[in-house]
Amino acid sequence: MENGERSEQLDRLIRIAIPVGVVLALLLVWYLIVHVENIPPYILPDPIAVAGALVKDWPTLWPAFLVTTKITFMSLGLALLGGTVFAVLLVQARWLELIFYPIAVVLQVTPIVAIAPLILIYAPTTQAALLICAYLVAFFPILSNLVQGLKSVDHNHLNLFELYGANRFQTLWHLKLPTALPYFMTGLKIGGGLSLIAAVVAEFSAGSSGAGSGLAFRILEAQFRLNIPRLFAALIMLSVLGIAIFALTSFLSWLLLHRWHESSLKREN
Amino acid sequence: MTMASVSKTFSNGTAALTDVSLTVRAGEFVSLLGPSGCGKSTALRIMAGLGGVSSGNIDWPASRITSSGRPDGDISFVFQEPTLLPWRTVAENVYLPLQLQGISRKAAQPRIEEALSTVFLADFAKAYPRELSGGMKMRVSIARALATRPKLLLMDEPFAALDEITRQKLNDEVLELWKSNGLAVVFVTHSVFESAYLSSRIVVMKARPGRIHEDFPVNVGIERDADFRTSESYRLTCERVSHSLGAAMGGEGH
Repeated sequence: MENGERSEQLDRLIRIAIPVGVVLALLLVWYLIVHVENIPPYILPDPIAVAGALVKDWPTLWPAFLVTTKITFMSLGLALLGGTVFAVLLVQARWLELIFYPIAVVLQVTPIVAIAPLILIYAPTTQAALLICAYLVAFFPILSNLVQGLKSVDHNHLNLFELYGANRFQTLWHLKLPTALPYFMTGLKIGGGLSLIAAVVAEFSAGSSGAGSGLAFRILEAQFRLNIPRLFAALIMLSVLGIAIFALTSFLSWLLLHRWHESSLKREN
Repeated sequence: MTMASVSKTFSNGTAALTDVSLTVRAGEFVSLLGPSGCGKSTALRIMAGLGGVSSGNIDWPASRITSSGRPDGDISFVFQEPTLLPWRTVAENVYLPLQLQGISRKAAQPRIEEALSTVFLADFAKAYPRELSGGMKMRVSIARALATRPKLLLMDEPFAALDEITRQKLNDEVLELWKSNGLAVVFVTHSVFESAYLSSRIVVMKARPGRIHEDFPVNVGIERDADFRTSESYRLTCERVSHSLGAAMGGEGH
């Protein structure tokens, strides 16, 4: 028993130590390459210079981080709401699906980023344009996964509900939505990642400046000024944001599914 | 429950049932026995009010009929699969039919407990279906069917996927339930032995098109218990059923 406990502790230690070790090793390799090859900091700064920039430029970068975070989460939230409502409507009424299917396909296969310039022209403010772009990109994976999930209901379960005289709303609420939950979570994870990408790309094409601009603009600006350490610092903040979104959606998925769904179960045999 | 000259043709033109007339009286244990494709399951679905008939009539004289033309709450169905909702605990699964009738969880609690203890699963109320064995899942499915206190229990090859030992045990339990509750059971099966053991009446069906071959009472006035399985009267019943089934199959040149 004690052996088992010890090996479990060791296991946990290894699971933390290895990723941390890999990151540290990569940083060391980065540092060594910069110094052995004598690469100038305006091409590739070493990790220490990047850390310095992160601290020094914090007053510029932090508000930008907040702007990007806000756009990402607002668009994701709207996409969740819109995608869910729309998916439920589509599944409830066949003719609605027939009407919207071609539109959905066109919007889904067109790279939304390509219509960002148009959105920038039509939208009242740059912020609104960014929000619309990120929303459109996150909306479709959530919609199509949820539609798929709502249609994947076991026929035996449907018979069961019919037999016990369930009405449409009961069937939706007690059967279709829980069945679709794992699909919804997949859509949410994909949508979460995409909304950040879309927010960044839309900002690249918007090229807005001044107080209300996000991390993507700070990256462009740093590139123009050859302020490469700041560029790296902004990149790190973006990837921290990406990781946070991933962790949040994964945690949410675990919270809702771990008690019953196969994807969250440990295999024991 | 009465079916009068019921026929059912599927949309692809297959005649699933032709001219089937069957009356199930209160307290009967009727087995529908026959080769695959003889329309046993279709007949059962029609009895439950699922899927309409092409011609003929079906009536549930003892039940209140809902606006959708189906009997209200008096019929329960046990499918081939347990069909439990994986995101609900055992107790919540048993609660489902009551919930769909609009009964609150609190008001339903005694009935849930009663149904679970009938199938010896009172200790597993909080477990999720994935934690149960195949036989236990089937028991939960039976408990769910009992929760509405039905007058007629329809079972569609409920134990076909279980091992022989579990199957015998559940057969005994179903028999016990039937004896103590006074409900009518219609039991679809492929197995001569299962039908001979359980039934008070056996309806042998023929395939292509599905129709009734023979309809006869069995085990009249015999106590069915562990001894019955090895008794001469059980053997005679099996023989009687086998011959009937053989004749039903023979008619189509197998």
